[in-house]
Amino acid sequence: MSIIGNVLMIIGSVFLAIGGFGVFRMPDVFNRIQAGTKATTLGAFSLLLGVGFHHPEWFLKIGLIIVFIAVTNPIGSSVLARAAYKKGAYQYKKEQVVQTRKGDE
Amino acid sequence: MIDIIVFSLIGIGVLFALLRIIIGPSTFDRVVGLDTINIIITALIVFLAYYFKSTLYLDIALVYGILSFLETIIFARFLEGQQ
Repeated sequence: MSIIGNVLMIIGSVFLAIGGFGVFRMPDVFNRIQAGTKATTLGAFSLLLGVGFHHPEWFLKIGLIIVFIAVTNPIGSSVLARAAYKKGAYQYKKEQVVQTRKGDE
Repeated sequence: MIDIIVFSLIGIGVLFALLRIIIGPSTFDRVVGLDTINIIITALIVFLAYYFKSTLYLDIALVYGILSFLETIIFARFLEGQQ
């Protein structure tokens, strides 16, 4: 029980670190919303479940926090993405790679 | 041992999101970084409940989650309505 909790907590904190790094690395507002919301949602779920495996008598409140994060986090990110799209935020477009074969000129 | 691992990984995540808040080109980037930091800190407060073995921190995490959600919604509506 304690080993499962430790593994879940380490997985959750790794996902939280990846989420923060994704917010830093991505080139665009929408990509940043994507990286910063999904990875941190999974990381928060995993960390909270790990704490719940260590203390099973806290599971009611931890379940309440998990349900609250699962409801409010997508709402916040979608409202933010809609506002950015309506204000015409910068959208990243990858440059097309032109492939040429050898005999093709 | 697990405390050091979890605290340092969470610190790395908060550091990169804070760099995004500092260098972000537009206001939306800064709000996205703030939203990410809020979720990370909600998870961190629940971990503090495990670290100090106190139930009080769970209530604090719930109230912090509610307030951070309101904060994100209000920032987004304000930026959207600004012409």
